[in-house]
Amino acid sequence: MAELHIKGVTKRFGSLTANDNISLNVATGEVVALLGENGAGKTTLMNILFGHYVADEGSIDIDGTTLPPGSTDAAIKAGVGMVHQHFTLAENLSVLDNIMLGTESLFSLTSKVSAARKKLDALAKEYNLDVHPDALVGNLSVGERQRVEILKVLYRGARILILDEPTAVLTPAETDQLFANLKNMVARGMSIIFISHKLHEILAISDRVTVLRHGAVVGEVVTKDTDRAKLAELMVGRKVSRPKAEHMQAGAPVVELKNISIAGEKGMPEVLKNVDLTIRHNEIVAIAGVAGNGQRELAGLLSGTLPQSSGEILVEGQPVTNNNPLQFLKMGFGRIPEDRHHTGTVGEMSVWENLISENLRQSPLWRYGRIIDFAACRKRAAELVEQFDIRTNGIEGQARLLSGGNMQKLILARTLTAEPKFILANQPVRGLDEGAIAFVHEQLLNARSAGAGILLVSEDLDEIFSVADRVAVIYHGQVSPLLNVRETNIRQIGAMMGGDMKAVA
Amino acid sequence: MEWLELFISAGFWAAMLRIAAPLIFGTVGELICERAGVLNLGIEGIMTMGAMTGWMWVFQGGTLWGGVVFAACVGAVFGLLHAGLAVHLGLSQHVTGIGITLLASSLSYFIFRMFLPDSTTPPKVTPFQPLEIPFLSDLPFFGEAFFKHTALTYLALAIIPVAIYGIYRTPLGRAIRMAGENPVALEAQGIDVLHIRTGAVMAGSALMAIGGAYLTISAFDAFFFGMINGRGWICIALVIFASWKPGRALFGALLFAGLDAFQVRAQQLAGGAIPYQFFLMLPYLLSIGAMIVISKSMRYPKALLVPFRRGDRI
Amino acid sequence: MQLEPREHISAGRVILAPIAAIIVAFIICSGLIMWTGESVFEAYGYLFKGGFGSRFAISETLNRATPLIFTGLAAAVAFRAKFWNIGAEGQLYFGALAATILGAGVITLPSILMIPFLFLAGAIAGGLALIGPVFLKTTLKVDEVVTTLLLNFVILLFVNYLLEGPLKDPMSMGWPQAAAIIDEGVLPALLPRTRLHVGFLVALSSAVMIWALMRYTIWGYEIRAVGANATAARFAGISINRTVMLVAMLSGGLAGMAGITETAGTKGYLTLDLSPGFGYTGIAVAMLANLHPIGVILSAIFLAGIYVGSDSMSRAVNIPTYIADVMVALSVLSVLVSLMFVQYRVRWK
Repeated sequence: MAELHIKGVTKRFGSLTANDNISLNVATGEVVALLGENGAGKTTLMNILFGHYVADEGSIDIDGTTLPPGSTDAAIKAGVGMVHQHFTLAENLSVLDNIMLGTESLFSLTSKVSAARKKLDALAKEYNLDVHPDALVGNLSVGERQRVEILKVLYRGARILILDEPTAVLTPAETDQLFANLKNMVARGMSIIFISHKLHEILAISDRVTVLRHGAVVGEVVTKDTDRAKLAELMVGRKVSRPKAEHMQAGAPVVELKNISIAGEKGMPEVLKNVDLTIRHNEIVAIAGVAGNGQRELAGLLSGTLPQSSGEILVEGQPVTNNNPLQFLKMGFGRIPEDRHHTGTVGEMSVWENLISENLRQSPLWRYGRIIDFAACRKRAAELVEQFDIRTNGIEGQARLLSGGNMQKLILARTLTAEPKFILANQPVRGLDEGAIAFVHEQLLNARSAGAGILLVSEDLDEIFSVADRVAVIYHGQVSPLLNVRETNIRQIGAMMGGDMKAVA
Repeated sequence: MEWLELFISAGFWAAMLRIAAPLIFGTVGELICERAGVLNLGIEGIMTMGAMTGWMWVFQGGTLWGGVVFAACVGAVFGLLHAGLAVHLGLSQHVTGIGITLLASSLSYFIFRMFLPDSTTPPKVTPFQPLEIPFLSDLPFFGEAFFKHTALTYLALAIIPVAIYGIYRTPLGRAIRMAGENPVALEAQGIDVLHIRTGAVMAGSALMAIGGAYLTISAFDAFFFGMINGRGWICIALVIFASWKPGRALFGALLFAGLDAFQVRAQQLAGGAIPYQFFLMLPYLLSIGAMIVISKSMRYPKALLVPFRRGDRI
Repeated sequence: MQLEPREHISAGRVILAPIAAIIVAFIICSGLIMWTGESVFEAYGYLFKGGFGSRFAISETLNRATPLIFTGLAAAVAFRAKFWNIGAEGQLYFGALAATILGAGVITLPSILMIPFLFLAGAIAGGLALIGPVFLKTTLKVDEVVTTLLLNFVILLFVNYLLEGPLKDPMSMGWPQAAAIIDEGVLPALLPRTRLHVGFLVALSSAVMIWALMRYTIWGYEIRAVGANATAARFAGISINRTVMLVAMLSGGLAGMAGITETAGTKGYLTLDLSPGFGYTGIAVAMLANLHPIGVILSAIFLAGIYVGSDSMSRAVNIPTYIADVMVALSVLSVLVSLMFVQYRVRWK
């Protein structure tokens, strides 16, 4: 039904070449996987295909016709549909509204809602995607929202479907369901481009794999002719090895949560329910779970930004009386936030100002009461940049110009230099390339050896199994009892993530 | 008891509608801008400009409806300027809006002085006259209260159902709501966010200008300095009070206007017991009160005040 | 069209861009002048002479700049933290009220103490005027744009009531004005035979102190962080509420001090027309200076020069005085655009 030819596409952002002369072909009914680590250029290429960006060089043909660049409308009309990594839905509008948007002329005075509803129903039945058209998107679960995204694309007659990291937010069971749906679509002639950095999924779903590294194509293989190790090596360019945790005797508890509950907004159920959790010195405790089950609130609690409604937090046996970030910092908490840009750094301020943002009120950095000792601050910042190998254009440059990996190193540097006794690491390697991931894990393991207790909130089971000592699963605001990582496996954890708290290894 | 008699007087209700009309135009206009994600603090200036241009058109010999249309067009031009700065260039919406208010106000006064250099008392025009509706206008009490208003007043009321239909039932309304909630979603459906926001701001500003013109060619018959007197800012409060819904905007405007009409008559009733200044303070204090009342359940359009820059790394 | 952030922003560009922008604004205004039929060069000549062309003109300009520096600083400090204080006008009058209530004879101190006392009273009064809006913002998240602005109207009406009633000067022959500030409180003149008074020096030193505060102290750092990214600032341990309150007290206090300079310096007593919109003009001053405290001094003098000059210009040629406001408004918008281009590069698709 549709043949896609991407020819020689190049795209630069300032001095960074995100896509370097990339060519890619997809035939009708074919599933091509686009594999690469974070930052390799996969999403950029797809954004060019979908019209969000304009390529600096190269062109794209669909069924022999060149696609006009930079126009999402043209891409949609040519049959391209994209399910973005971050959902493009409006939360305060209904499912039907979200799907109908853009399908009728803006000059039309009426909106053909009942016809749309019928069409949506037919599509939902044909592709086995269950939705309520009048539900507000804001009330839907993550898996349901993804179904809406897929229906949105099908509604507009997509023949080439782009899925950008679709399983990042799904439980293993939901992933299986998604793959079944995709196979159904392919049988009807849909072409699919599947972006991922998860090797086992690519092996399961695709016909061919194109591997990107640093913006260029480094390999194209037929899926059944390859394996995980070969793909991993192609993806990273060398033998992959991530640091693994060596067995360590855990010490006394450093942070304990006792019967913590956090109420939801009015009318909504509790977001954290009777959570009991103990993190000890010299250990890494991981919290596994699909996004939206209370991780954000748990992280907010331990960052000092969200107080509990009931229950108590004990730090080395002493109850915490004052929940605010400054207090937590004084108690020796280090926090690596989920969102580098919005929470972790003040983009407009300089690198050195960000490096000392949490330490500013400690005595070596100010004198005469409240005046900043610039020399001391800059010196400390320079030391940290060197120690943590943060690539910058100088410490006076704005923090927002740093790459994702370097920004994370900045946050790590700031956090670890305070030698915290407890570290909250919230999705610390999300969006980072392999080199940066290895660096972060190494730093966390070092901190663990030095005596810190670490709570790792992660959506990546590979990360959890390589770095953590114990793991618990969070589901609908409740946290399972802790399991020793060596005594469980991905299947058990995966099942628990889907709600089956009684699953066995 | 005389205070309660106030509410039985038809004149009170008529005054309430007259006071509400410009507020309705302004509030609905601002509501459209904010629904699309753009705060328009230029409203005070745009209403001033609308008041002056509408009046000037009629003064120079044009028709009343011509004045309304002209004012709307001028308002749309200032809306385009605001959109150019705040939407396309992504400047701070607070700062651009204040700049537009300064510019529009000062230009209105300058242009007015250019045409009428030496008048100390502002000259008058013949404004919209109350319409005589057969049978309805002659009803006792209801006739005078509700059915002896100018066409422009009825237009204000008619704007509400049009706005409700437009925002909730048309594809364009859907796009506007999306622009204020998740502009990336709009782009992903092939619609240009910048165009939608610009259009919304222009349309909203046109309405605001009509609200200003209402004061000079319907409620009163002359333009004088400082005549908007904070109504624009009150509209901003009313939009929040209305939770960005046109139906509630009508309720808010009527409630406010009713209290304002009450305040005027209450001054007379109080004699000299309470200084008149305190009555004049009431509308402003009430607006602040309205914002306090609604504060708990307030839900801003998610993308309000966030500039959308196409090509930013998504 | 697409905007991409520039990697290096040169200091030269930051200073030249606003100047270029102002020139553009003046060119646009010359169109209005041509409409009046007057000669553009003549008109601008009178403007410049009226504002800066003689000892007296300069003294008038600097005198006019004094309250503008204060209200400009008030806006600059507030806006830096993204606290949109539009209420400087009301806070100015509150400060003036403090001067009147405390400085018209109730307390008598020697000059050397009286004057600082009045400034302090004005600053406290100005800060008090913001307590309501700040409280509403921090506890109920009520937007401060509308509350501070509407409060202006309320305060002015209140002052109106006081001037017609309790504070009315019995010796004023019926005019609504308050009693004069006592001699010990009057700000001494800086230049003989002019209206320029010590308040100007107080304004200059305030600007320097605010600059030092923003640049060299932890409070300045926290204010800037909160304005740039409140979420990240909070995460790093900065108390948003305390920072906002500090900013409000500073901002209101500075505006209140503007009330002192006018009541105890320029005019000598409180009237309803004490301020022809200094509070609002202060916002323009701050925006032109890109919120920089020292820039506020230059920007205030520049705008004061335009207003003083246009008074004299409209006596010489037939141009409505409102041209000054138009010039200011166009300059503000023009400077905003130019500063954007300093930070971003344009790419045409």
